[in-house]
Amino acid sequence: MTVTAATGLSDLRSFLHGLPGVDKVGVEARAAALGTRSVKTSSKAKAIDLAIRMVDLTTLEGADTPGKVRALCAKGRRPDPADPSCPPVAAICVYPAMVPVASAALAGSGVHLASVATAFPSGQAPLEVKLADTRSAVEAGADEIDMVISRGAFLAGDYRKVFDEIVAVKEACGDAHLKVILETGELATYDNVRRASWLAMLAGADFIKTSTGKVAVNATLPITLVMLEAVRDFRERHGRQVGVKPAGGIKNTKDAIKYLVMINETVGDDWLHPDWFRFGASSLLNDLLMQRTKLTTGHYAGPDYFTLD
Amino acid sequence: MFEYAPAPESRSVVDIAPSYGLFIDGSFEQALEGGVFKTVNPASEEVLAEIAAAGQEDVDRAVAAARRAFGPWSALPGSERAKYLFRIARIIQERSRELAVLESLDNGKPIKESRDVDLPLVAAHFFYYAGWADKLAYAGFGPDPRPLGVAGQVIPWNFPLLMLAWKIAPALATGNTVVLKPAETTPLSALFFADVCRQAELPAGVVNIVTGAGDTGAYLVSHPDVNKVAFTGSTEVGREIARAVAGTGKRLTLELGGKAANIVFDDAPIDQAVEGIVNGIFFNQGHVCCAGSRLLVQESIAEELLASLKRRMATLRVGDPLDKNTDIGAINSAAQLARITELSEIGAGEGAERWSPACELPDRGFWFAPTIFTGVTQAHRIAREEIFGPVLSVLTFRTPAEAIEKANNTPYGLSAGIWSEKGSRILSIADKLRAGVVWANTFNKFDPTSPFGGYKESGYGREGGRHGLEAYLA
Repeated sequence: MTVTAATGLSDLRSFLHGLPGVDKVGVEARAAALGTRSVKTSSKAKAIDLAIRMVDLTTLEGADTPGKVRALCAKGRRPDPADPSCPPVAAICVYPAMVPVASAALAGSGVHLASVATAFPSGQAPLEVKLADTRSAVEAGADEIDMVISRGAFLAGDYRKVFDEIVAVKEACGDAHLKVILETGELATYDNVRRASWLAMLAGADFIKTSTGKVAVNATLPITLVMLEAVRDFRERHGRQVGVKPAGGIKNTKDAIKYLVMINETVGDDWLHPDWFRFGASSLLNDLLMQRTKLTTGHYAGPDYFTLD
Repeated sequence: MFEYAPAPESRSVVDIAPSYGLFIDGSFEQALEGGVFKTVNPASEEVLAEIAAAGQEDVDRAVAAARRAFGPWSALPGSERAKYLFRIARIIQERSRELAVLESLDNGKPIKESRDVDLPLVAAHFFYYAGWADKLAYAGFGPDPRPLGVAGQVIPWNFPLLMLAWKIAPALATGNTVVLKPAETTPLSALFFADVCRQAELPAGVVNIVTGAGDTGAYLVSHPDVNKVAFTGSTEVGREIARAVAGTGKRLTLELGGKAANIVFDDAPIDQAVEGIVNGIFFNQGHVCCAGSRLLVQESIAEELLASLKRRMATLRVGDPLDKNTDIGAINSAAQLARITELSEIGAGEGAERWSPACELPDRGFWFAPTIFTGVTQAHRIAREEIFGPVLSVLTFRTPAEAIEKANNTPYGLSAGIWSEKGSRILSIADKLRAGVVWANTFNKFDPTSPFGGYKESGYGREGGRHGLEAYLA
């Protein structure tokens, strides 16, 4: 399907509701089965380094200060000061107001700078405000924008409004990559997750992202599985690859590896790269570092051997 | 794809003795005529142990032991019998890792299946029937149902310990005693179960295990002092047993072959349907009587569905059954491999299109790559005969009526699957399918509370659930 200005709401609805349904029991069973893969020794080491390179290291607090953001950037550039072979993270993710600080701190590092925009996390603001939010973040140096869709409009069935907003934000992004947060925890059904994924991709999303991390239900394996199936099917039909980012609640290495296994066995190699898959996380990184050290040295180092930023 | 490093489950958790006798009257004994046979690991062809082959006199001894034990056992209050069954269930849980490894070694099934499917279900069956032991008056078979006496039970090699649980748990709960013959290629878990019975201090003679080949089974089912015969296996052997039992007054239940239709409608949840197709035919290498071996897919989505299925099949990992990441293990025996190979060649010869993903099979042992045949019609032998291996025959249909007609157009009738997001369609189709078990938007799901059994040449009687008690009660 190609959506144009002439595409009416009912056509869009027919298309989205015509997508194959998702059986809840089945998708949860499949995600759980993938979670039982045993990833050990050399494949674990490989998975940990890949996961570190996929982290969007995030701080999104009202209490964020320039100092806090600078510390986070330093951590992202060199996660393990004791081990120069440890790769940097994919990106630092901050509020728009913190973008100038982060931009300076990341200069020349190759670490991307993502900013949440569009009245994150609720998205409950007029479109002009959302677009201004986006533009100012990009102007200040963000090369990735994490926007939120209007869940209210989506749940009310106003798909065209959701679509048009994404298109407008994408335009406001200029060259910056657009990640579209579906806030899957508020969409209530897997069918809605699939529909919202397609809607975002049709509207030009570079990435689809599960959650803001600010509601009760954040990223889960089955939700991410539905999104991976969506990007796979979308590429097959439209020839364009879209990335996936689970965010919120991914706290340890074991969980992260389950996601990598799921990519591996659902969409394969093409998505096993930080350009196409990210973890929105904060505490995950230190657990990855701890496990990494365990693999290289054979024993667990105490928590104080890893920086708290 | 990033490759997973080997993740082998440890063999050291199970201690297999070099040889095993028969379990008669609470102790292990040699066969009187001294016959033995070997059981091998089908993944490596390594000999695991030497097993006693029971002759006619050994079966006589076992039946006599069960007869002696029957009086006191059936006289126990149900609540006392329940205690033994609960104890057996608990011991199985405690020893589940050991038994799972043993089952994978002897049968060839992946450890993730023996660990996550077989063993939990085995324990669940004993727990479930333990619960019935003191409630038989309320099971719907009269106010004072009585046990039959000695049950002669013959089980197959595809789920050795689970089939044992299906047979022994209801028999013991209802107050019967048993003589059970495990399959020739997979005797070990039944012999370990004998040890579980001793650990549980089950009275001697209540459970007897006689190992051997087909002739041992024939002695058992035709034994004049056996009151009830329960058999799970091929339709061919089932017919022989039915003939042997006819006119003797013995009660008989048969769980035989199948050629289940897994029906995918155009409004199915496609991604989950693909999982269900894979699980339906490749679970346990397709050595499943209720396997979804005939895929009936609506013609309008056939191409798309088959593309998804092939993509999914390419991720299946075939190899060492003890590796925790193995999806498909070894074929259970050289004989079974020969049969699968022969029928697959027949399918190709009949003009069906054969496809398998690229996968490297181990050099030693018995292996068969997951295979699908497309362009199959009702007239193909591979659409009619049970292959009992990882081979799927794909047929198409145009309308719901045609799907029902094709699904039912088989001498078998054990199971079927329906994939549709439309609840009303599921209910109406399920009503019209002549199969003992119909799964909707899932496949190969088992639970002790649910009765299982067939129509037509898939056998008669039900195992599992309240219905499963009836076969052991007068």
